[in-house]
Order: sequence, then structure tokens, then C-alpha cells
Amino acid sequence: MKERYTVSPAPHLHDRTNIPNVMWNVVLALLPALGFAVYYWGWRSLWLTLLGILAAVGTEALIQWLRKVPIRISDGSAVLTGMLLTFNISAASPWWLPVVGSVFAIAIGKQVFGGLGNNPVNPALLGRAFLLASWPSLMTGIQTWKLPKTTAVMSGIDPRIVDPNLQAVSAKAYDLVTGATPLNVAQTLRDSEFVSTLAATKEASLDLGNRIFNGMIDLGTLKNLFWGQIGGCIGEVSVFALLLGAVYLLWRRIIEWRIPFFYLLTVFVLTFLFGGMAGTGFSLSVPIFHLFAGGLMLGAFFMATDYTTSPLTKNGRIIYAIGCGVLTVIIRLVGGYPEGVSYSILFMNVMTPLLDMITRPKAFGKVKK
Amino acid sequence: MERKNVFGSFRAAMGASMRLKTFPGGVHPHDHKHFSASAPIEVMPLPKRVVIPMSQHIGAPSTPVVKVGDEVKTGQKIADAKGFVSIPQHATISGKVSKIDVFPHPAGASSVSIEITGDGLDSWVELSDDPNFMDLSAEEMKNRIGEAGICGMGGAGFPTFVKLSPPADKPIDTVILNGVECEPYLTADDRLMLERTQEVVSGLKILMKILGAKQGIIGIEANKPDDIAAMKKILASESQFRVVPLKLQYPQGAEKQLIYAATRRKVPAGGLPMAVGVVVQNVATAFAMYEAVRYQKPLVERIISVTGSVVQTPKNLQARIGTPFSELVQFCGGTKEDPGKIISGGPMMGFALPSLEAPMAKGSSGLVLLSEAEAVSLEERNCLRCARCVDVCPMNLLPSMIAQAVKAGAMDIALKAGLEDCMKCGSCAYVCPAHIRLVQWIDTGKIRHAETLRGKK
Repeated sequence: MKERYTVSPAPHLHDRTNIPNVMWNVVLALLPALGFAVYYWGWRSLWLTLLGILAAVGTEALIQWLRKVPIRISDGSAVLTGMLLTFNISAASPWWLPVVGSVFAIAIGKQVFGGLGNNPVNPALLGRAFLLASWPSLMTGIQTWKLPKTTAVMSGIDPRIVDPNLQAVSAKAYDLVTGATPLNVAQTLRDSEFVSTLAATKEASLDLGNRIFNGMIDLGTLKNLFWGQIGGCIGEVSVFALLLGAVYLLWRRIIEWRIPFFYLLTVFVLTFLFGGMAGTGFSLSVPIFHLFAGGLMLGAFFMATDYTTSPLTKNGRIIYAIGCGVLTVIIRLVGGYPEGVSYSILFMNVMTPLLDMITRPKAFGKVKK
Repeated sequence: MERKNVFGSFRAAMGASMRLKTFPGGVHPHDHKHFSASAPIEVMPLPKRVVIPMSQHIGAPSTPVVKVGDEVKTGQKIADAKGFVSIPQHATISGKVSKIDVFPHPAGASSVSIEITGDGLDSWVELSDDPNFMDLSAEEMKNRIGEAGICGMGGAGFPTFVKLSPPADKPIDTVILNGVECEPYLTADDRLMLERTQEVVSGLKILMKILGAKQGIIGIEANKPDDIAAMKKILASESQFRVVPLKLQYPQGAEKQLIYAATRRKVPAGGLPMAVGVVVQNVATAFAMYEAVRYQKPLVERIISVTGSVVQTPKNLQARIGTPFSELVQFCGGTKEDPGKIISGGPMMGFALPSLEAPMAKGSSGLVLLSEAEAVSLEERNCLRCARCVDVCPMNLLPSMIAQAVKAGAMDIALKAGLEDCMKCGSCAYVCPAHIRLVQWIDTGKIRHAETLRGKK
């Protein structure tokens, strides 16, 4: 027997989770999406992701060393940031793009605030915003983005369902359908001036516009979106792969249901109400298109749920998620960008401390005074 | 009594879990009850010496009424209650008062205690037997319970006599016996309900008579199907009783959570159960009340689980209050290996002790010895704000925000985030991936807040 035993405060049991466990599980949940990316775009997507991760981890280690704090790169959090950052760029990007983005994400997005747990906004999204502001053509370029090896068109819309002879009828419309991402198509269709020049007459142009829109929400297109047969960023392309990871995270209780549920619900409701075109009427396919397109799935399950930058309180999480949804839809349907997921999450990140203050829960048994 | 297949009963419990009553929040630690669940209650041989702390309860410490050198009999009063919220203490073996001094206390610190060196005879004060004890007046019952020095035996140690004296404007219609035993490892209440079923039920009837309650409820977690069956068998014919099986969920046995699970009544924050017409007593307390009312027997012994992976033969012992923990461990065959941690009480809310020197007290339901591997101390890191603590808090508080605020000295924020409503169940710290000592920080805040309040007065 020892002279003295360890004295410590209760509880003396722990469920034995830890930070590395959480982070590596999220990394694991992102692997299906990475697998699909490699399948569609080749090994380059993997190399870019590894470069992004390497840059993030290296930056983290360097700054921790400079700050004279323990180096904790094995906890997986920098790996995750590098991975998420690279998931937000195209597989056709130059090699230095994920490197610059990751360095910025870790250095300015995270470590200047004191590292893990102290950053006010999602570092990966801040890195993406930085890249988007600095190299807009690489980050949104319709022509520079790579096409999946398995599909013929960027938008996932089969040109033949718009018109059997689309290329002959309107080269402009053909270019749009084959060369733009789904959300780029949606954005372009909002531009009535552009739409009116699609065909020879104004009437034919409007009709063609409506047919492209209907092609956009066609079941075949939605299938392409679901599996990822479209152009897009490395990690956002396959809804199926992202859902696999999301289900895993929900099952392991790494993420909580409120944020993704209310985020997606808000987008669904708002795009159902306002996502149609004049003359196309309401259709459930419209909100489904918006759920599947762009970075929403990646954002709702993997970015908006970031612990540090989302509210602590349950009601705060709901307001936060609805806020993300409203902003995303506003940017997509009225804003200047085709996609609004990252900006809406960044914006709601900043609201988080306020949401925590105004949604403090009442203790069990507390009655209103 | 031999226990049925543990896994079989567990599966039965899981199958029933959809229908089981529970509370919002909480965690699901492994219950580890298999170590001692099938060990029948064994009477611990008389210890050679006992140490009786004067502070075994909430309220003022008792005042010694014996001097060093006095001869005492088992059951003789050796200390008086000091004021209303206090209890008397009794000698738990016969012998000589050998020391009145500061001794190690089972709750960690130390307290003035009376040491009695035994004469090995165990000669008792005279006890009586009233087979028709239910005919006694409520007042007489209450007096006997007060005289017996009974306090809550589930851990908190609130003087029972006080709980039985609610103000006239707070009528009690329901008495709940707490047989939940939600702390992992502990099986003392489990064995008591199984082997002393009739006596525990008598305790419940006494409680209902004193309080004038119409309804008696026994709440038992579903991992104790034998106890549930035993209780149901006795109470089946009587309509004013209900045996309520509860879901395996910690802290199911916390007073407010148990009341909610069993009756759907919510005790107001900062209030007492009597505000919703309920009094809760632990099953061990009910047993002690039965003995006090029927035999006028003071509280000198209780059932304690001595358990954990390193205990040679985990047991449920009927042992005298004041028996040193070291003797209990010895009687269980000692340890297989050097323990990593010694816990007085359950592992979720109990106290880690520096040694086995301290004695067991009236609230000691268990002594748990964890191995080195189980007791490993986890490094505290930055809060990730993952909100797991928020999601499991049964009181619906913001534990991480309280802890951060206390760390930063921002008491106003700590109070707004729920500092005063925390019952320190430890669910938050149990799930925290950053291993933050949330309960310790919250406790620090509670102490600081109490000091501020005292300063203002």
C-alpha cells in the first residue's frame, strides 16, 4: 500500500473521449467524400488535400513552437482544418492554393486568437473567404474548374432534355449547361437580360430559360447532384458521400442534430417558396436541388457544426442554424454570388456569443418571474 | 439469495427501456455493479475500535456528551444534536471512550470525532420491541427517529427528523423511496431492498403515516429487476403504493430528477421537494427508520458496498458506523493490486481519499477502489465549446460557461449560467472531451459566492 493515494475532485469516471478522438472521427467522416473526389477527378484531388493538410499542420506546429506552448498537431484539429479548406477548392487548382489557404486559416483564423477553442470564426471558412477575395477566378472560375471524369457536363443537366439540338438552337445555352456548375446555372437564370438573349426571339429565349430551369430540377439532374456527377469543389461534390459521413457523426454523437436539421429545413422551406422562376410554379424539386447543390451538405454537417464557433445553448443553435439557412438562400437567390454557404456560416459564427447570451436556458424547475 | 444471470436481467431491462420513466439530460456510464451485485449482505465482525465523526450530516456538528475514559454501551448516546438541523450520535460498539480529537473524515477533510476502543462484548443499551409499531402516534414515531440520530443515508445526510417536519402550509401527499442507486459500482441499496424488503416497506409506511401522505412510491432503476419484483410482490395488493421502474440513466437518483421521473412534478429551482408535496427518502434511511420506530434502535450500523476491480472479494457488509475503511477492505480479503484511487461513496459524486484511515459514516453507501488504469488522471485542455456538458446537464445549465466565468472571476456571468442550481452530479465532467474539471470549477464558484454572501450580511 502506498503512503498516500491520489486525491482529485469527483467525478472519478470519464467516458474516455478526448479531443483527438473527436477530431479524427470527423476526419474519418470526411474520407468518403475524399474517395469520391479521387474517383471523379483523379489523384490530384488527394495530393491537393494532402498539401493543404501538410501546410495546416506545419503552420500549427511552427506557431505553437513560437508561442512556446505544447505542440499538439497529433490532436487532428489542424488536419481537419487543412482538409476542410482543400475541400472548398477545385481539383484543378494550382498546388499552392490549398497551401496558402491553410496557412492563412491556421495562422490568422486560429492561432492569433490563442489556438483551439478560441477562434471566433471557422478557420477553414475564413481561409476560403481569403482565397475567394484574393483569387476570385480560381475560386469561382466556370471554365477553370475541372469536370468529373465520369460525366460530360459541368452542371449535371443533360443538354438533350433541354433541347435535343441544344448546341444548334443556342450555343449560349449549350455553353451554360455544359460549362457552369449547377448553382452557376441557377444564378445565370436569374439574369433576365442574359436570358432574353439566349435565342433569336425574346419569347423563344424565355421559353429556353424555363426549359433550362426545368432541366436543372429534373430527376436525372438531381441524381447527378446526389452522386456527384457535376463540377464543383473537391469535397462538396457528392451528397451521398457527405451524408455517409454525417450519419456516422450523428450516430457517434460527435455532432448534434439541431444545427444541420434546422439549417437544411430553412433552406428547404425558403427555396420551395422563393426558388422558382416566373412561370415555373412550385415544385418540390426546387428545394431538393438547393439542398443537393453547392456546399450546403458540407457546410451544414461539417462546417456550421464546428464546436468552437457555434452556440452552446440549444435554442441558440436553432436560431444560428435558421440564420445560416436564411442567409444562404438570400445570397443564392438575390446576392451577387452563386453560393452563400460559407459567408452565411461565417456571419452566424460572429453572432454566436450574442446568441449564447440571449438564449441562456432556464434551470430545471425555474419559473418565469 | 443467489442472483439470476446478470446479462439476462440486463437484456430484460433494455427491452423494457422504451416504457421506463426517466428525466431529461444525464449520462450512461457503465454500472459496474457486477462486482458486488450477487454478494449477499454479510455481517462485518466487530471492529476493535470505531471513530464516530461529530459531523456526519448537513447542519451543526453534534456536541459530545461523554469524556475520555467513559465506559459506553452499544447504542448509548455519546453526542447531542446541536440545534434543530442536527442529529445525536451513538456509540456503535461497547467499550471505552479513548480519544476525542480531530480524525480523518470519510468526506475527505477531517472532523472532531469520538474514538471508542471496544471491549469485544458488544453489550447493548436496552432495546424494546413494539410489534404493533404502526399504532404509535405520528409524533411518537418522529421522536424515536430523531432520537435514533438518523440522517439521509443516500449521501447528502440531511437530518431525517427535519425532513419529517414540513411547515403546515406545505401538505405532503406523496412519499418517494429512493431505491435508484444510480451511482456505478454501489449495490448496498440493491441488496437491502432484496433481503430486507418487508422492513423497507415498513419504513415507507411509517413515513407516510408521519407525513399524512396518501401515496407511496418506490423508484428503482431497471438494472435491479429482482428488487422491483420483490417490492411489487409485497405491495401488489395495496393501491396506495406504486413501484416505478426507472431507466438506467445517471443521475436518476438525484432528488429532483427522481421526483420528475416518478411523478412528472418539477421542484422549483432553489426549492425543496415539499414545494410540490413530495418527500424523498433513501431506502436505507427507511430501513433505519423502521428499526428506530419499532425497536427504538439508534442508527449504529448500515450496509456498505466494498467494491471495485482491485478488491479481492467485493462484498456488501452490514458494518458498524465508525469502522475504519482499512478494516472493511481487510475483511474483503484485501486488494489484488495497489489501488489507483480510493473513493468514499460512488465514483460519480464520492470523495477520493488519501488513505484508508477514515471511518465509514452514516452516509457511507460504498467504498470503491479503482485500479491504477481506471484512475488515470486526464490532462485538462482548452474548452472546445462542444456543448456536450450543456446537452447532458440534468438541471439545464451551461456548465462550461459557469466554469469559464469562475476561472475569469466573472461571478455575475457564472450566476446567470446557473451556478446556484448545480447539484454537482458530475455528468458534465464525465463527458467533457477536453477533460475540464467542471465540477471543481463550479464548486470553487459556489464557495466564492457563499463567501460573498456572508460578507454582505
